[in-house]
Amino acid sequence: MMSHETFVFLSYAATALTLGGLLAMIVLDGRARRRELGELEAQGVRRRSDAVRDSA
Amino acid sequence: MSDTTISQGWFTSLANPTRFLALSGRILPYLAAAAVLSLAIGLYMSFAAPEDYQQGVTVRIMFIHVPAAWLAMMCYSVMAISSIGTLVWRHPLADVSAKTAAPIGAAFTFLSLLTGSLWGRPMWGTWWVWDARLTSVFVLFLMYLGLMALHRAMDDPVRAARPAAVLTLVGFINIPIIKFSVDWWNTLHQPASVIRLDGPTIHPSMLYPLLVMAIAYTLIFFTLHLMAMRNEIWRRRVQTMRRQAAQAIGRGA
Repeated sequence: MMSHETFVFLSYAATALTLGGLLAMIVLDGRARRRELGELEAQGVRRRSDAVRDSA
Repeated sequence: MSDTTISQGWFTSLANPTRFLALSGRILPYLAAAAVLSLAIGLYMSFAAPEDYQQGVTVRIMFIHVPAAWLAMMCYSVMAISSIGTLVWRHPLADVSAKTAAPIGAAFTFLSLLTGSLWGRPMWGTWWVWDARLTSVFVLFLMYLGLMALHRAMDDPVRAARPAAVLTLVGFINIPIIKFSVDWWNTLHQPASVIRLDGPTIHPSMLYPLLVMAIAYTLIFFTLHLMAMRNEIWRRRVQTMRRQAAQAIGRGA
C-alpha cells in the first residue's frame, strides 16, 4: 500500500507533466509554423491580401 | 471601391485574423505572467493549507482535481459558444477557437479523471467506479477525442468546421448532466460543495487556495488557447500560401 503522500506526489507530478507537455507542444508547433511562413515569404510567395494592399 | 470598414465594431474587427494576431500578441505576455503568478500563489496556499481531519494530506489533491474538472467543463462551453459563432455568424475565428480548445479541454479532463482516481484509491478504497459523475466525465473525455479526430479528418479545415460545430452543440447536453449528476443520481462522488445556492460548505482555509488555483487554471487555459489559436491561423496561412504558389506554378507552365 502506497502512503498518502505518494498519491499526492503522483497527482501533482502528473499535472505538471501533462500541462508542461501541452505547453511544449503548443510552443514547438508555433515555432514550426512561423518557420514555414518565413520560408514561404523568403521564396517570394505572398498572401493575396498582402499583394492587394501593396498594389493599392 | 466602397469602404465597408467604417461601421465595424470592436468585436467585428477581431474577426480579421491579422488584427487578432496583433492584439493577442500584445495581450499574451501579460496573460502568461498573470497565470504563472497566480499558479505560484495557488501552489503556495495549497501546501500551506491545513490537512483535512478526514482526508488528511490527500486533501491537497483536491486543489488540482477540482479546478481541472471545472476547466474541463468550461473549455467545452467555450467550444459550444464558438460553434454558435461558426454556425450563426460564420465568424472566421470561431472555428479556429473551437478546434484549438479541444486538445486543451481533453488535457484538463484527463487530469480531472487521473487526479480523481489517485484521490479515490486512498479515500474510497477504489481507483474507479462507474457512477454517474465519473461516467459522464469519461464520456466528456471521449467527446473531446472524437471532436479532435473530426477536425483533423478533412484536409480543408473550413469543411470540417460545420459538422464539428453541430456535433459540439449536440454534445453540450452532457455538461448539465455532469453538473447535476451528483444530485440526480445516487453517486459515490460527493455533491457540489463550492457552487451551491446556500454558499460554499468548505472552510475558508481550504476554500481560498481552491479558488486561487481555479483562477490560475483559468488563466493557464486562456494563455494556452490564445497561443494555440495563433498557431492555427499561421497553419492555415501556410496552407493557403502553398496552394497559391502551386497554382501560380500551374499557370506559368
